[in-house]
Order: sequence, then structure tokens, then C-alpha cells
Amino acid sequence: MALQFDPAYNRRKRRLQTAVFGLFRLLSYAIALVLFVILGFIIVKGISVVNWTFLTQAPTDGMTGGGIWPAIVGTFYLMLGSALFAFPVGVVSGIYMSEYAPGGKLVAFIRMMTNNLAGIPSIVFGLFGMAFFVTYLDFGDSILAGSLTLGLLALPIVIRTTEEAFRDIAPSYREGSLALGATKAQTIWHVLLPMAMPRVITGLILSLGRVSGETAPILFTCAAYFLPKLPASIFDQCMALPYHLYVVATSGTDIEAQMPIAYGTAFVLIVIVLVMNLVAGLIRRHFEKKLNTK
Amino acid sequence: MNKIEAKNVDFYYGSFHALKGINIAIPTGEVVAFIGPSGCGKSTFLRLFNRMNDLIPGARLEGQILIDGNDIYDRSVDVDVLRRGVGMVFQRPNPFPKSIFENVAYGLRVNGVKDKAFISQRVEEALTSAALWTEVKDKLKESAYALSGGQQQRLCIARAMAVQPSVLLMDEPASALDPISTAKIEELICELSSQTTIVIVTHSMQQAARVSNKTAFFYLGEMVEYGETKKIFTNPEKEATQNYITGRFG
Ligand SMILES: Nc1ncnc2c1ncn2[C@@H]1O[C@H](COP(=O)(O)OP(=O)(O)OP(=O)(O)O)[C@@H](O)[C@H]1O
Ligand SMILES: [Mg+2]
Repeated sequence: MALQFDPAYNRRKRRLQTAVFGLFRLLSYAIALVLFVILGFIIVKGISVVNWTFLTQAPTDGMTGGGIWPAIVGTFYLMLGSALFAFPVGVVSGIYMSEYAPGGKLVAFIRMMTNNLAGIPSIVFGLFGMAFFVTYLDFGDSILAGSLTLGLLALPIVIRTTEEAFRDIAPSYREGSLALGATKAQTIWHVLLPMAMPRVITGLILSLGRVSGETAPILFTCAAYFLPKLPASIFDQCMALPYHLYVVATSGTDIEAQMPIAYGTAFVLIVIVLVMNLVAGLIRRHFEKKLNTK
Repeated sequence: MNKIEAKNVDFYYGSFHALKGINIAIPTGEVVAFIGPSGCGKSTFLRLFNRMNDLIPGARLEGQILIDGNDIYDRSVDVDVLRRGVGMVFQRPNPFPKSIFENVAYGLRVNGVKDKAFISQRVEEALTSAALWTEVKDKLKESAYALSGGQQQRLCIARAMAVQPSVLLMDEPASALDPISTAKIEELICELSSQTTIVIVTHSMQQAARVSNKTAFFYLGEMVEYGETKKIFTNPEKEATQNYITGRFG
């Protein structure tokens, strides 16, 4: 019997494809819309509050007036502090896991623990930070304790992105370097690190974005309800944007009058995170151009 | 004088017996080709000469490999010093994401050479010996990825030659290249053989016949036959060799 194709089948499969792709498109539009509405809501409500005074002055009148400068500074310190802790530790661990003991049982165990760590609710980190940094190490409620707690939260992200960035580099680059008499450390430093850099940096900045918005971990380790002065040392408490947002929106003398401040704070927080992501993208692009691997 | 000698070499990937009782002597200054069907262990054997297989967990070597009469698997041997003297070119060009100049200078730098003028001079010599100098001399600062595949492979040869190795291992160096680039690489091999002993793995009989003085035929982890290339291709002693070179299998 001669081979016969059914033309109706071709029409059917093309119609099905159109329908399925249409559905996909609809779903992605819906998600974009939701995102847009959330952002739009905060921007509309917040932008009218944000002005120079709001950005540069401390709260006044029992939190119903003034600005959020101490909270901005506090969040900046906390991000810096957690970065100083999480970046070196995380990058070094990630490199170790990928390059020095990739098949080992210990590394498999550490990898599992890191992944679990990433799934632990942030309030639990806060509790641990309070028990360990604040009480046991006796740092008190302080920028130091808060930074370390936030750093722990960022650590799994940094470790994982670093490890994956290194693992995805083709073995032939390692072999090419080793075959010239380079040591493992030289190979990592001169060949692998530059190649992994775009992804490592992206991971670092994304982890910072995450850290900047966390409230729970600093709740018991660092954040102050209200401080008229800026912190003078890493053993001082500080204000922070996410906690400030929570405070002005839920407690205080005059919630009605405080709400615009809450939206203004949310607006500033969102801008910080968006700018960080933008910077991550730019840095990534810059490094990729420098590598020019294609 | 033998550059490389293998004595009763057995090699295992875990429980898989990849090389079986191999003995070979590679004289200084020769070009030796390894031929044989896919999976017979050519690359595995080649990678023993610069201890590249050290990287593979669970791999195990029995027997001895001597270079210049010294057991390279002896505990007193520094692997990086060994590899400086035994260069390698891979199947796919693998230049580093650096400039053309820095690719060639890499081997010098990681081995502690600091003198800038000397490095520049060596880079030029190495690129010249890899027949690449005239093509790249005006764009040494550009990324190595701007070069064509064939140029990249010659860059990798220059990179290997920059540290003046006394042995050059080549694992199917032309298999990813077009015929013209392949011809250039073959020409290069003939020229480089005055500076260094070359061991080349290839799937092309013509290539083996064109570039090598001696040929070793491998089959299922054993070295079936080893001798003058002319003899192997015209009048082999073993039937398996005969079958392979006449294309009856593999
Ligand atoms: N890392 C490894 N782990 C386990 N087995 C391996 C490994 N590398 C190679 N082998 C096995 O060892 C045998 C020899 O492999 P090898 O790569 O040396 O062959 P080859 O002769 O170079 O083949 P080809 O011509 O295809 O490159 C093959 O059966 C292969 O499956
Ligand atoms: Mg091979």
C-alpha cells in the first residue's frame, strides 16, 4: 500500500499549536500585568511623598513627619556588612566545592545543607542570630549581629551561584591550563575566575537585593524602632527600611498620618532593589563583553 | 635515545580495564602516531604522558612511564614541572578568554617568567613557529575568540610551544578543522618535529602516513603493533592491523 499522509492531521496539529502558544502568551501577559500593578500601586502612592527632605531627614513628630534617612543609612550598612561577610566566605566555599572536592561525600553533604539552608524561613535565621550573635557572642543588638545574620541568609545564594558558575566551565579550559604547568590555584585564578565572574557577580548582587528587603532576621538582632542619631559603630543598633516600613504601617500614634510614609519607604526600597538588579545586569554585560567568548 | 618509554602499563577507570600490558619506546625527535578504532584507549594512553589522567577519580595505573629515563609517576616528581616539559594540544581548540598575546604568554607567566621583553620575544617566536605570526601580529591585543577555528588551534600549538616543551602530545588536533586548516597543522607538525618529540593521535590513516615516522596500532586496550610507519601501512605483521588500515573495520 502506498504511503499516505492525512492533510487533516497537519491542520489539527497546527491549530493545537496556535491554541497552546496563545495560552502561554496570555499567561505571561497576566504575570507582567500583576507585576505592573504592584509596582504601579507603590509608585503612585509613594512618589508624592518622596522628596529631598524625606530622603535626608530623620523621622519627626512621633513618626508622622520628617524623613527616613537613618533607615536608608542603616539598610546601607547592613547590606555592606552582610556583603563583607557573605561574599568572601561564599565565593571561597563555592570554588572549593566545585574545584577541590567536587565528587566527595563531604561536599555532597555540604551542598545538601546549603540547599536546605536556602529554604529555611528567614525568621528562623533571626532567632538563631539572636541566640548566637546577640547573646552567646555578646554582640548585643547591633549592626554587627544584624549583618552576620543577613550574611548567613545570603550565603547559600552566593555559594550556589559560585559553584554552578564554576562547574559549568568546560573541563577543556582546566586541562588546557594544567597542561601548561599551571597549578590548580593558578588555573582558578587566571582562567576560571574571569570566566565565572559575570555569573558570580550576578549572584552576589541578587543576594544583596534579597538581603536589603529582609525584615525578620534583623528584627531580633539589630533593628531599632526609632533612632534620632545615625549609628556610630558596628556595635550600635540601626534603623532599616523594611523594618521601618513595618513599624510605620502597623504601630504608632497616628497610623493614618503614617501611611504615606510607609508607601514612600516602600518606594525607596523598591528603587534600591531595582537599581541593584540593573547594576547586576550592567556588570554582567561588561564582563561578558570583556570575555567575548562567542 | 628514548624520549618516552612505557613498561607493562595497565590502566583502569574504576573496574574498567582500559589499557592492557602496553610496552612502547618512543625515540627522541620522532613523530609517532597512535591509530585505532574509537574507544581503544589512544587518548587514555596519551594522557598518561603528562599525567592528565590524575584528574580522574578512581583511575589507577600499573607499570611505569619513563620520560628521559625518569619515572614520571614517582613521588618526587612535581606534576607542574613535568607538564611544563610535556605540552598538549587538544581535539577542540581551547584558547583562554584572553588576548592572543596573553594566551601564548600564559605558560611563561604561570611558570614564573617575569621579564617583559623576554616574554614578548618568546610570544613572537612561538607564534612564528606555529605559522600564525603574520596573521596576528597586528592584533595581538584582540581576543583569541576573534580567530577562526584553524587559527585558534594553531594558537593553542603556539601556546604549548612557548614554554619549549621537549614533548608535544596532540590528541586528534585537526579533527574539528576544515581540510585547508588540517593541511596547515600537518605541515606544522613536520616543522615542529625538529624542536620536539611529537606523539599524535589521529583517526586519519593518511594523516598518520603523512606526518609520522612510527605508528602504533591500538585495539581494545592493547597495542597490537608498533613500527615504522611505512611498514605498518604497507606490510603489517598482524592481521588486525591489516584489517584496520584497509578499512575493514573501525
Ligand atoms: N573518564 C573515564 N571514565 C571511565 N571510562 C573512560 C573514561 N575515559 C575513557 N573511558 C573509556 O576508556 C576507553 C578508552 O577511551 P579513550 O578515550 O582512551 O579512547 P580513544 O581511543 O581515544 O577513542 P576515540 O578515538 O573515540 O577518541 C573507552 O572505552 C572509554 O569509554
Ligand atoms: Mg580519543
